[in-house]
Amino acid sequence: MTDTTRDSGLDTTSVVPVTIDPTGGPESTLSAPAKGERARSLGSDAWDELRHRPMFWISAALIVFFVLMAAFPQLFTSTDPYFADLSKAREAPSADAWFGRDSQGYDVYARTIYGARASILVGILATLFTLVFGSVVGIISGYGGGWVDSVSSRIGEIFLGIPLLLGGILFIYTFPPPLDEPLVVSVMKIAFVLGILGWPSIARLMRSSVLQVKPNDYVQAARALGATPSRIIRSHILPNSLASVIVVSTINLGAYISVEATLSFLGIGLQPPAISWGIQISEASSIGLIRAAPYMLLFPSAFLSATVLAFIMLGDCVRDALDPKLR
Amino acid sequence: MGKYIIRRLLQMIPVIIGVTFLIYASVYALGDPTLGRCGERACPPGYIAKFRADYNLDKPLIVQYLLYMGNLIQGDLGINFYGNRVIDELAARWPTTLRLGIMALVIETVIGISAGVLAGIRRGRFIDNLVTVSTLFLISIPIFVIGSVAQLVFGVRLGWFPVTATQGTFYQLIMPAFVLASASLAYIARLMRANLSENLRADYVRTAKAKGLTNRRTVGVHTLRNSLIPVITYIGIDIGALMGGAIVTERIFNINGIGNFLYRSIGQKDGASVVGTITCLVLIYLFVNLLVDILYGFLDPRISHD
Repeated sequence: MTDTTRDSGLDTTSVVPVTIDPTGGPESTLSAPAKGERARSLGSDAWDELRHRPMFWISAALIVFFVLMAAFPQLFTSTDPYFADLSKAREAPSADAWFGRDSQGYDVYARTIYGARASILVGILATLFTLVFGSVVGIISGYGGGWVDSVSSRIGEIFLGIPLLLGGILFIYTFPPPLDEPLVVSVMKIAFVLGILGWPSIARLMRSSVLQVKPNDYVQAARALGATPSRIIRSHILPNSLASVIVVSTINLGAYISVEATLSFLGIGLQPPAISWGIQISEASSIGLIRAAPYMLLFPSAFLSATVLAFIMLGDCVRDALDPKLR
Repeated sequence: MGKYIIRRLLQMIPVIIGVTFLIYASVYALGDPTLGRCGERACPPGYIAKFRADYNLDKPLIVQYLLYMGNLIQGDLGINFYGNRVIDELAARWPTTLRLGIMALVIETVIGISAGVLAGIRRGRFIDNLVTVSTLFLISIPIFVIGSVAQLVFGVRLGWFPVTATQGTFYQLIMPAFVLASASLAYIARLMRANLSENLRADYVRTAKAKGLTNRRTVGVHTLRNSLIPVITYIGIDIGALMGGAIVTERIFNINGIGNFLYRSIGQKDGASVVGTITCLVLIYLFVNLLVDILYGFLDPRISHD
């Protein structure tokens, strides 16, 4: 960001900027902060609001915890998730296996820890894809207008016309993973499918915020002073739309994790021997097993739900902090 | 109004063409339509050649697509694995799924709207916090977890409801309908609460109060009506989520509906059934949304006059 007067709040206490800075936005010249008080941008205001919310810290801690689990499962367990002891199948939780053992005699705790990786990777990759692709399309169609806008909006409508889960089933069913596909490749495929179905929502958001920002005087001024479109996009349009895009993406991340698990649960997402919460829950959810070994179902379910909850809660907190109307 | 309806209908055409083309191209041109036709092994070349000729796959893509659309308009969704027409398979099962879906819709609108109104009126009080927190949990817990846990707790442990719903009677479908409605119920409650508390701050509410209208009338008539409009749009979009949820719910509770048929077809690698069912569901989804859009024009005159 080039918006230096807003970022370095300490300097503005002594020197009120008098030069007209076309890229600094009107706020920097209009609001000279009172002595001793930092200039507050929307960002720092939101951060101040966030800091005092326990929900924010709980969700952030949960996310850090699950991301750590996904990155370094060895930190949480030294048991091999692929080691099966059939003679101990469906053993109840004990000091030896904290969450019990499943039908194959696998350690449910170890598999629950290792299952985090697939879910979180799918969530993050799908979100990144929608974020990058959706933003680019949204900015181009909002900024370019004309036929580019019409065409990309119509294409977006087509993808929005397919419900996420149904589209996921259709596309992943049509391109089934080969038997010996590495986990990363299957994860990327699922993330790609979810991203393909999800990008129009981000594109719409981006497009509408471009249309909102474009007619403003400071954008016209920047353009009159010869700022290139890429500079206008970087210093005016992106900062203005980033907040809502980040909120929606965080909430979507939770939703993508949930959809991936649902696909695996239905038997089309990840396939064993891959370890994932969806597969674990699917294996545990036949009626006989629910009765005989409910811990097989409950522990992975709890982890999955907590992850989704953490992301949705974070998105909710950030939205409340960024939207002063709701306070 | 007439102009608005015609415009919506015209806007629908490219979407339907695009969606069907996307499905067709990915399944028949990019994917392998003979997938699973011959069980776990690859199909013999003679079979593939005959299949390609029967399904016009040797013609140019655009001709293939037009022939496919012609069949689709006549209700032909293809012939599955067992030699049955997919449309017949769906026709035999749709009453159960429709019953489940309508029960879920009723549950989510009635409970969702009431909870949202209660929370919106008593903002910041206990009931508001209760609704916000509990809906957050409902949204976060994936439907198959809610379904399995409900089956375990209310079906197996407590014995309040039947564990499975194989006949699909009203009583058997109560628990599955609640499970199916759970996430949407939470969304509706949150949407209703947000709309209501925003509208309660609007100028017309202040005017109504200043005129001396009772609180009951300002909230019950003026604010409530305006706040319901976005909820109705949401219900249109939600039909898509309900369809996805029905696959999971029907699998868990072993309900013999379209969702369970789709689930079993996936397991059996019955491609024609999977693709046909999903195409049918997506088309229904598009039409329901068109209807909701048109209804929206009636409810909110501002929409249709621009």
